[in-house]
Amino acid sequence: MTKDKNASDEPVTAFEEALKSQANKLMSLVNSGDLSGALAIISELNETRDRTLYVEVGRLTRTLHESIRNFHIDAANSASSANKEELSKIEDASDRLAYVVDMTNKAANKTLDLVEETMPIASDLSAEAEALKNEWGRLKRKEMKPDEFRALTSRMDVFLEQLCTDSNKVYRNLSDILLAQDFQDLTGQVINRVTGLVKEVEDNLVHLVRMAGKVDQITGTVHETEQQQSGIEGEGPQLKAEQREDVVSGQDDVDDLLSSLGF
Amino acid sequence: MNKDMKILVVDDFSTMRRIIKNLLRDLGFTNTDEADDGNSALPMLQTGKYDFLVTDWNMPGMTGIDLLRNVRADENLKSLPVLMVTAEAKRDQIVAAAQAGVNGYVVKPFTAAVLKEKIEKIFERIDS
Repeated sequence: MTKDKNASDEPVTAFEEALKSQANKLMSLVNSGDLSGALAIISELNETRDRTLYVEVGRLTRTLHESIRNFHIDAANSASSANKEELSKIEDASDRLAYVVDMTNKAANKTLDLVEETMPIASDLSAEAEALKNEWGRLKRKEMKPDEFRALTSRMDVFLEQLCTDSNKVYRNLSDILLAQDFQDLTGQVINRVTGLVKEVEDNLVHLVRMAGKVDQITGTVHETEQQQSGIEGEGPQLKAEQREDVVSGQDDVDDLLSSLGF
Repeated sequence: MNKDMKILVVDDFSTMRRIIKNLLRDLGFTNTDEADDGNSALPMLQTGKYDFLVTDWNMPGMTGIDLLRNVRADENLKSLPVLMVTAEAKRDQIVAAAQAGVNGYVVKPFTAAVLKEKIEKIFERIDS
């Protein structure tokens, strides 16, 4: 790409050199009153400029075509294409990201299902253990009548039986929760591929913009820079929050900010 | 704090709604409903006699900040306590939420303890 860049610098530089060398000549011709000679130089300069422009526009168009071919962007075919191989890279990336959303959604729901199933088991066991602990204390302090003791024994039987089944169930659910985290490996790989594509697209776009800049230079086009929109919009999670002044780094920061506002 | 109070949880992600509902249930609040954005939440609030609103910020349709503004502009809802639970972490946004009349602001990712503390603080102020 570096070689490419140097090559594409050439015509502009040649044009600039021609412009510089002819400018002095033009000046002296105008000063000496040779208008037809001066006009000949102007039209010569115009020709060089046009030629350079054609070369640059040609380059830009070719690079644009190449980029489009590289990413298999084909507006006419992509929608109806039956051949999956022909799928555009961008479309493929969107599909891949949709897959990530789907996988993480399934994993989160599966984990939540298992947690919601396990929590009542744990709290029931804890409640019954608490009750039995109190009864056991009464037994040890010899506060228990024989029929109460018999009731405690059978209650203990039931509890131990329940404990065996339930602790197995809790163990199985925890191990299923563990397995439900396997999405990380798969989604990680997919996201890394998409990140690679985004980088590639960015490089290509930067290259295109650089080439288009040369055309702007020759034609003397100046682009207005868009003003940044201000307003309060949702942006989602902030990255590198700890390095930024305008973003809070955690709940403590939020609390400090709110209390400074009188909350 | 009345544990039977009716709570509406608004978030566009069903998993986040489930997590918040579970945390609320652990805190003893079982009377909870869900909505997936401001547009579906607002009519529910207007007819459902809710005591507390927990909302995300960034949602398609009507966002949480717009839902908050609509709530404060509604004669029957203007004093409804609102807790924002969101990933939005810019200082400007938090100030804007405060100006719009939010009662509490929790940034994601959050813990059960933070959610509990903020809810208790909101109702301490209201009850006092």
